[in-house]
Formats: sequence, C-alpha cells, structure tokens
Amino acid sequence: MGRTLAEKVWDDHVVRRAEGEPDLLYIDLHLLHEVTSPQAFDGLRKSGRRVRRTDLTIATEDHNTPTLDIDKPIADPVSRTQLETLRKNCAEFGVRLHPLGDREQGVVHVVGPQLGLTQPGMTIVCGDSHTSTHGAFGALAFGIGTSQVEHVLATQTLPMAPFKTMAVTVTGELPEDVTAKDLILAIIARIGTGGGQGYVIEYRGEAIEKLSMEARMTICNMSIEAGARAGMIAPDETTFAYIKGRPHAPTGADWDAAVAYWKTLRTDEDAVFDHEVVIDASELAPFVTWGTNPGQGLPLSGSVPDPASFTDPTERLAAEKALEYMGLEPGQRLRDIAIDTVFVGSCTNGRIEDLRAAAEVLKGRKIADGVRMLVVPGSVRVALQAVEEGLDKVFTAAGAEWRHAGCSMCLGMNPDQLSPGERCASTSNRNFEGRQGKGGRTHLVSPQVAAATAVTGRLASPADLADVPALVEV
Amino acid sequence: MEAFTTHTGRAVPLRRSNVDTDQIIPAHWLKKVTRDGFEDGLFEAWRKDPSFVLNQPERQGATVLVAGPDFGTGSSREHAVWALQNYGFRAVISSRFADIFRGNSLKNGLLTVVLPQETVEELWRLTEADPAAEVTVDLVERRVTAQGVDVGFELDENSRWRLLEGLDDISITLRNESAITDFEARRPSYKPRTQAA
Ligand code: SF4
Repeated sequence: MGRTLAEKVWDDHVVRRAEGEPDLLYIDLHLLHEVTSPQAFDGLRKSGRRVRRTDLTIATEDHNTPTLDIDKPIADPVSRTQLETLRKNCAEFGVRLHPLGDREQGVVHVVGPQLGLTQPGMTIVCGDSHTSTHGAFGALAFGIGTSQVEHVLATQTLPMAPFKTMAVTVTGELPEDVTAKDLILAIIARIGTGGGQGYVIEYRGEAIEKLSMEARMTICNMSIEAGARAGMIAPDETTFAYIKGRPHAPTGADWDAAVAYWKTLRTDEDAVFDHEVVIDASELAPFVTWGTNPGQGLPLSGSVPDPASFTDPTERLAAEKALEYMGLEPGQRLRDIAIDTVFVGSCTNGRIEDLRAAAEVLKGRKIADGVRMLVVPGSVRVALQAVEEGLDKVFTAAGAEWRHAGCSMCLGMNPDQLSPGERCASTSNRNFEGRQGKGGRTHLVSPQVAAATAVTGRLASPADLADVPALVEV
Repeated sequence: MEAFTTHTGRAVPLRRSNVDTDQIIPAHWLKKVTRDGFEDGLFEAWRKDPSFVLNQPERQGATVLVAGPDFGTGSSREHAVWALQNYGFRAVISSRFADIFRGNSLKNGLLTVVLPQETVEELWRLTEADPAAEVTVDLVERRVTAQGVDVGFELDENSRWRLLEGLDDISITLRNESAITDFEARRPSYKPRTQAA
C-alpha cells in the first residue's frame, strides 16, 4: 500500500523500531528560544551531558524581546533573566545564537525558513507549539515540551508515539480577496479546535498548490489550533524556488541530490488517509473570529451567533462564555464591531508578504482616530526588506507604529500588551482569554483585514474601503 | 537520574488530601530558569504558618513524605517534583496520586508509593508519636517497612527497572547510541547544518 507524505518522512528518520516501544526518530533540526530551554540546559549540566549535535541546533531570542528601545536594558527582571540565561547556555554549550540586535534575530519560526534551514523531508522540533509552521516545506515539524528539548539536545533523537493521518483537500480557487489566513480560520471553524487531535494534517488540492511559501506557512502554523500534532504541504517548484540561494540551502551536486529526493515527497496515489476533509475554496470569504478560541470564527459578512443556536451543549456554553468575555451581543453584525488596537505581526502573519499586503491597503490612507496600530516584523531580515521597499514609511504615514522584530503582542510577554477590555484585530494565531494581555479581547484576522480595520475603526475588509478613497495618490 | 534501590529515613506526616501542584509549588516559582532552588517554594503558603508540620524542628532532614489521598492533582508542572526533591524528599507515600504527577515523579527518580489508606494512617500515627521513627522504602523487594508496618506495593516492571538502574529517558535512548551513530553516518550530505561541526 502507498504511503502518505508524513509517513514517508517519518520512515526516513526511524533510528530504532522495537515491538511495544515508540519509534526512536532522528531530529534534523532543533530550534531553541529563551522560554522553554533553560531547564533543559540545566538538566544537561546536572547529568554532565553535552549537546550532541550543535551543528543541528540554533537559538534565537523572540518571546521576551522588546520592540522599542532595544539598545536599553530590559526593564522586566524575568524577561531579562530568561534572555541572559539563554546567552549563557548557548555560550557554554556551543550553540549558535542570534540575540536581540543581531541581523538574523526574530521569531524562531520566521528565522528557520528564511535562513534556508527549513527544508523538505526534514524532522524539525522546537519547544514551541507553532513549530508546525515548518511543515509548509514538507517537513515533519512538532512542538515539544522542555523534557523533550533536553532529550533532543542530548541525543538528537526523540521517542515518538505514532500518529494518524488527515487530508484537508482544498479544491477550486480562492477568490481574489481571500487569503491563506481566511482559509485556515475557515478550516479550523470547520473541523474544530480538537478535530485534529492525534493527526498530522496534509493540506492539498489546487488552491493549496497555488499558494506562495509564506501563505503555506500561515496555513501550517495554525494546524496546532485545530489540535493537530503537525501540518504539512508537499514540496513543489514553489518550495524549491523559495529555498534556492538561501544561506543554508544545498549547492552544486548537493542541490541536485536534494531536489531529486524532495520530488519523491508526495503522498502516493494509493495511500489512504485515516480521515479526509474537503473544502471548496471558491465559497470562502474574509474570515474573522468572534470568540475566545480560533475555531469560533465566521465570514466577516456574518453576525455574532446566538449561543442558543448551538446544538452541542459544550459548544453552547463555550459560546456563552466567549460572548461574555468578548463583550458582544448575539446578532451584532461583525462589521459593526469597533476596534481599539490593530496588531500586524507574529509567526502566522509577520513575514514580508504579510507586511506588503497590509501596506498595500494602507497606502495613502490614515488609520482611524483613536485606533493604535502596531506593525511588528517577524524578523530583522523582514524588517530590513520592508524598509528597503519603503513599507515602514507607508505604515508610519498612515499613523501606525513601526516596531522592532519579535513575538510582541502575539502573547504579550514583553511590554506590548492589551489593557483590560481593550479590543484588538490581530494577525496572530490565538484569541484565548488574556492572551494579548489580561482582559484583552482578540479578533483573529488576515493582514488585509487588519489594515482595513485600522482605517475604518471597525472590523472591515479592503473591499469596504471603496468609499474611503486614498487621501493622496502614491 | 539517581538510582533508587532502598531508602530509609524519617518521615513527615502530611494529613491533607487533594494536595494540588499549585500548593506543592505556587505558580510564581515557575519563572525560574533552573531545576534546583525550588526547596523554599515547597508548600510555600503553608510554611508561613509556624505550626505547619514541615516547620517543626524534629522534622528537619526527613526524607519520606506520607500524604493524604489524591496527591499532586492540578497543573502538570514538573516543578512540583523538583521542589520535593530539592527539599530532600526521596519518596512520597499516598493512597492515590494524580496520574501526571506520578508520571513526572517516576521520570525524575522520586519514588511515589501507593499504599492502602489504613497503612498511610498507621504511618501517620507512628511518626506523629515518634518523630525519630524510620520508614524503609525498599524497591528491590517492593515493600515498605516501619515499626509495626510491613506491606508490599505495586509498581510496573518498566518503571521499577528504570528506577533501580537510575535510568532516565535520555539514558535509555543512549543505550542505543550505536544505532544513532549508524543513522548519522547514513544521513545525506545535503541536509543543512547550522554551523561547522
Ligand atoms: S509569534 Fe506568537 S505564536 Fe509565534 S512563536 Fe511567538 S509567541 Fe509563539
């Protein structure tokens, strides 16, 4: 019987298989950041172990880093300690680190792909749930816990329990104003936040094949919000073109050998998935969340649902609690929801294409009075590219704040936070209670919707700006 | 991980049930970046009370905790195990443990022993009457003994073997180190490296 993409990559990494034991898998790339690594290094130190493969390990600082005044000492002692500890650990164990202020610093899941370290057919792990992002390249990429981080540091392997396979096939073509973010929000709304539990999802079909690498990363990034263990997309010419020429891409004969292998990484015709979901792309529209989990979303043209309309009692209760927390009323039109803050950034939508898309909408326009908009590039490289293209000027001219790279308001571990009751349209991936700051209210949106929302002050898509002409021709 | 074969020490009777991990180690301690130094956070709220059992001079240096049922419920934080170990405990006895806590404890070499509630109460009476009384937890024979107490306990063979040998997950994997090295020798040269090896 044929095998799926995920099964092929898995099989190619089995170091040891024994009856009644989980497979021991080899890990090709281990990404580290300051939050989940300290106890792992401490464990190594205690048992007198070393990092087995420093040449397959890389660290960056992202969760705690400030996005303003990055040359000044970090005020919060906890953040400061975590960063200092990472620096000390990387120096002691010989791990390559890109600290705050470095040209390659940024959100760990933006850094790996842009360096060309993320490649098809690899196993990639990181002590972070959004490691699934790297699956966009046809890699098998998992988020892991701190004990597992230590295990990988010491052995470059991980015992892994078997997974189930799910195909999410997206047929047809996405309408022009519909982005990868809208698609993944629609997929999660369809399968539910627990629907992917135990599965590795493979996204396939015409609409997926047409997506850019950046859009594919947005999709795979949020696999975890559907509860999946990982998300993957088969590598193709788009993937190869993205990798070629990057600092760690293979060259010469290695490139040819790599591409020949990468081309085998497709699900066989006769492979069987444990579960299949089909979505018609042409029926989709810009999508936003109204609740407190990423599955609570609807097309922007919709209205806040009435909890009574949910037949499932758990979902009904979840909707009731969500509306109370979000301060929304059933029946309220989503387009009428007024926003205080707009956040463009994160490992979901903080790459150059995302910034271009937001800038395109903002060009020659002003953000609404009273709205604060933060644009936080996913990495320093993204920031430099954006500056080269003049995007930063577009943002600041519109009244938005152009910040330094990092996770920032995606989780508010640094000073970028919402205050209680503040409402935010955010391009990040989690709208959990308090995720962006205690009492803060989050609506997940695409970069295009984020920018249009900033202009009108209410949830909006670029199409809604037809009546708001650009102030100046650019 | 330190091997556990048999251990004898004085005990601390903790007459409380449903001790959750937030009581074992409060959340604000989780910001620490090491695995040690959690001893002062152990049962932090209760230790503010001078009459709390751990604060009694005769309990200093005790190494066996005898707790009420449902010990270790709540959040999955591994820090709860580290805190008990940092304080000096080698074994915890209770009639029922929360699953995740038990898993974490056995992974870290803290032996969690399940005994019937009557035996737990006998141990409480014994060590309350005589703080110097010693309790022996013998993993080789799977028995707990103390004055007037001699009972067997269950522990799955795999966990027992790992504790007896002092093997953590990493040591177990490293027993297959040659398989890892073989695999590494076969890895294609086009796979990326973050730095020169
Ligand atoms: S940007 Fe957000 S989701 Fe991504 S790694 Fe940072 S905190 Fe996690």
